[in-house]
Order: sequence, then C-alpha cells, then structure tokens
Amino acid sequence: MSKSERDPLFSGKNMKLLSTPLNDENPITVQVLGICSALAVTTMLEPAVVLAVAVVAVMGIANVIISLLRNTIPNRIRIIVQLVVIASLVILVDQVLKAFLYDVSRQLSVFVGLIITNCIIMGRLEAFALSNKPWPAFLDGLGNAAGYGWILIVVAFFREFLGSGNLWGYPVMETLGVYNFGYQDNGFMILPPMALITVGVIIWVQRTRNRKLIENQ
Amino acid sequence: MKLLRKQLDKVKPHFQKGGRLEKLHSTFDAFETFLFVPDRVTERGSHVRDPIDMKRTMIIVVVAMIPTLLFGMWNTGYQHHIAFGIEAGFWDNFWFGFLRVLPIIIVSYVSGLAVEFVFAQIRGHEVNEGFLVTGMLIPLIMPVDVPLWMVSVATVFAVIIGKEAFGGTGMNILNPALTARAFLFFAYPIYMSGDDVWTAGLMNGEGVVDGFSGATPLANAAMGDIESIPRSLDMFLGFIPGSIGETSTVAVLLGALILWITGVGSMRIIASVFAGGLVMGLILNIFAVNPFMEVPAWEHLIMGGFAFGAVYMATDPVTATQTSTGKYIFGFMIGFLAILIRVLNPAFPEGMMLAILFMNVFAPLIDHNVMQANIRRRLKRAAATNQ
Repeated sequence: MSKSERDPLFSGKNMKLLSTPLNDENPITVQVLGICSALAVTTMLEPAVVLAVAVVAVMGIANVIISLLRNTIPNRIRIIVQLVVIASLVILVDQVLKAFLYDVSRQLSVFVGLIITNCIIMGRLEAFALSNKPWPAFLDGLGNAAGYGWILIVVAFFREFLGSGNLWGYPVMETLGVYNFGYQDNGFMILPPMALITVGVIIWVQRTRNRKLIENQ
Repeated sequence: MKLLRKQLDKVKPHFQKGGRLEKLHSTFDAFETFLFVPDRVTERGSHVRDPIDMKRTMIIVVVAMIPTLLFGMWNTGYQHHIAFGIEAGFWDNFWFGFLRVLPIIIVSYVSGLAVEFVFAQIRGHEVNEGFLVTGMLIPLIMPVDVPLWMVSVATVFAVIIGKEAFGGTGMNILNPALTARAFLFFAYPIYMSGDDVWTAGLMNGEGVVDGFSGATPLANAAMGDIESIPRSLDMFLGFIPGSIGETSTVAVLLGALILWITGVGSMRIIASVFAGGLVMGLILNIFAVNPFMEVPAWEHLIMGGFAFGAVYMATDPVTATQTSTGKYIFGFMIGFLAILIRVLNPAFPEGMMLAILFMNVFAPLIDHNVMQANIRRRLKRAAATNQ
C-alpha cells in the first residue's frame, strides 16, 4: 500500500513529529496556544512540572485513542467524542494526583480539570490524530505536550527563583545568604504580568536564534 | 574646543566604513554628536535641516528638570533634618540631599546607558538619546531611601522590556521612566510605598523626633486624617515628604515654563491634564462621602506627583498622542483617571503613574480615531461640493 506503512518506527519523518513542536512549531511561543495555564500555574516549579507531565500523558494517550477510532467516528459528532476521551483521561490523571501527590493536586486545584479546555489538545486531535495512524499521532501528541511543558517549566523556574528565592521549594537564595547583602525577592515575578513578560522574553530569544520564525524578512 | 574637534577628526576615519574600529561606529557617533552640533546638511531639494536634533531637544527637557532636581536635593536634606530634629542651614540641607541623590542619578545613567550602548552595537544603529531624559526622570520619581541596586535593576528592565523590545527610542509604547517606577512599585512595595521611605534615614527609625510620621499629604488624605495634611502653601512650594523631584509644584511649573517657551513640551497636554484632574476632583467633591473625597479639587493638583507627571511624563512626545485633538483627549483622561485612582482605590496611594501608563497604551487608538474622523469629515465635504 502507501509508502508510509513501510516507514520504520523511528524514521526521520516520525522523529520530526516529535521535534518540531519543541522549537519551530512550539504551541506556546509560536502558535500562542495554552497561554492561560502558562500564566496561572508557573509561580512554582513543582506544580508546573506536574502539570507538564499530566498534559504529556493526556495528550499522548488521547491522540492514540482518537487515531484508533478515526474511521468509526461520525464526522458530525467528532468534537463531542474527542471531549469524552479527553475528559475521561483528565479524570484519571486527577485521581492519580489526588492519590499520590495530594499537596500538588491541591495547588493545581482547578487547572488539572482545565486540561480539558487546553486548546493545544483539541487542536492536535482535530488537526492530526483524526487523519493519521496511531504511532505518528502518539509521537505528535508527545511532541506538542513536551513543547508546551518545557516552556511551562522554564517560566516556572525563573518565577520561583526570582520571585520567592526558592527552587522546588528549597530556599536557594537563603542558602546562598544573599539576603544579608540587602537582596530582596522580586514580588512582581509572582504576579501574572511577569509570566507574560517571561514568555515574551523566551519568544524573543527563540526568534533571535531561529530566524526563520520571523515574518516578512 | 578646537583641540577637541581636532582630536575627534583625527580618530574619525578609524570608525568609518573600512576603518579599524568600524564596529564601534555607533559609540563614536554618540560621543561626537553629544559634543558638537552635527554638521550634516541637505544636499538636494528644498529642505532645510534644523540643527536642533533629538539630542538638543532632549537636553532642553533635562534643563527643564533642573529646578525640580535642585529643589528635590534641598528638600531631601530639609525633611531629613526635621525628622531627626537637627538644626541645619540652607547649604547643610542642600549638601546632604546632594550626596543622597547623586548616587541614584549616577546609577540610573550608568545602567541605562550601558544597555543602550550594547543594543546600539548589536543592532548597528546610533545610540538613542532618549535615555538622557529617562535617566534623569528615574531618580526624580524615586523615594530617596531606595537601594541603588533596585534602581539599577528597574532601569535595565525599563530600557530592555519597555523600550528596546519594541525597537528602541521612538518605538516604545510606555514611558520608560514610569515603567521603571511601576516595576519597582510592584516588585519591592516595601521600598516604594508606606510612610517611612520618603525621608532619608527613616527606615532605620533610630533617633526620629516624636510626632514625625513621614507620611505624605496623600497618605494623610487617604487615611482620612485631614488635619495632618500640610498647609496648601507648603504643598505648593514643596516642603513636604515625597519622591525626590515631585514635591514642589513651583519648581515643576518653572520647568513647564521652559518647555513652553522652547516649544519642546506640549502645552495642550499639560493644560488638559490639569483640567481633567480638576473636573474629576469637582465630581468627587459633589458626592463627598468620605474625607478624601472632600479634599478641594484644586488641592489635588498640588499633591503627590500630579504636577510632575503632567509636565514631564505625559508630554513625552513618543508615548503621547500626536494629533492636536488627540492631545486634549489624552491629557484630559490622564488627569481624570489619576484623581479617580488616587481617591477611590486604596491599594494605589498615587494614581498618576498608572493613569499615564494606561493612557500611553490608548494613545495610538486615540490618534487613529481622530484621524479617521478627520478623513470622514473631509470625504463628506468633498462629496457635498461635487454634487
């Protein structure tokens, strides 16, 4: 049959599905999707990492399920089917977090549930999983979730480090003893505007290094 | 002077295209135009090049700020000596303030210009002279006890995020000096608000005279403590605690006069800011449900940073509106909102900073609508005459 069927599992084309969302087609910095959670859960590193992992799990599995079902889903109700799949997975994730990471799950509170509304997930299901085989769909899901996740983690790193002087709850600044020299934590980093500016700086750095992202050169 | 010119001419070839130090061209250009009026003339066409380039314009604004700066230095010493019950003469006050304010000015200029030079080198354009004004405005709107490293961080933030990210001087949406202040206000609130930060040495709190609170008139008014508000004359002349350069309305008006005579600052904006403040003040006086709202409308204009913001910040030619009608709207809304925020929002003791930043964002929209209205009007007229 078609050529793609004979593609090896880790062919260049498949690996590209995994790697382009990390940089060239990053969901946050290039497509500017999923900004809301990037601003809301990035005041500390731990919840950001947990949310990133949760999104990776949900997206990878949801893409596979939808891809498997893609020939049986009636076109007119495909959105509702996608929602059911995502929602069931999010409930699973939420239960796992409540069972094993109760504190973090309380910090994340509503944002675990709001993974359902994360536009990146729906977008990839619509744009990719509905028209591709399970394995490429899986890779695409992992890639996009990871592209979302690493931005989340970088933003959270700077916000927690500069905003409260901690990393993963560990008082780094206090251990270094910089408060004795008159250093103060930057309260602005905790506020949402600074998350937006941090994302903006990441976009700036990315575009300086990756010139093909710049429009109208 | 001649010697300097000769020296410059001697090293100039090195910095031009093909020269040894071509990379440092923008740095050289910055110093040359700083020292001498550029000798560029138009070669073709009927244009006349005005020798008043952006550097001269900016210098005039800096000159206009000198009254507030000198008064601010004196007042810093005056407030400190009152707080600690020390008898001090005019020069004692001034010298004390000079030594406290000078480091802030140096830090602001050095950190800001360092960023400007780095960006000019990387991007290969001339060093932007806009920072001459910003670098002087930043110290004037700081409390005197602000730690120097905070000034430096805020200046770097304002220049990079507030200006260079948008493309440098002339492209920025927000006033850089106010961006620096807003950054500090939200990042380190204990150093930027409260009663202790406005007088030098008050934060340590040792040896302060009984009964000296250090509260600004605005803080008094916000607490509903109307009796403690200084006399109007004191507020007008500026013998009150506050940020370094903003206490004296007289000094600010002197600066406004310089800006007016030289035509550098827009009188339309300045006048309409005051008008807007007055109107909002009167509206609040009508309702007057708490002591702050009963404060006479005209007294609002001499409290806090209102006059300073109106004259030096709102008139920034880059971030203000460009059209004449737009300037009236822009200025009026600044004054209107500043008093509104000041009186009705307890979280922000002074609304001027936020009002100006807010209207900075709206300036392009105002301009767009003014121009569209003009186009529509003229199209209608053209249609009427063609019939």
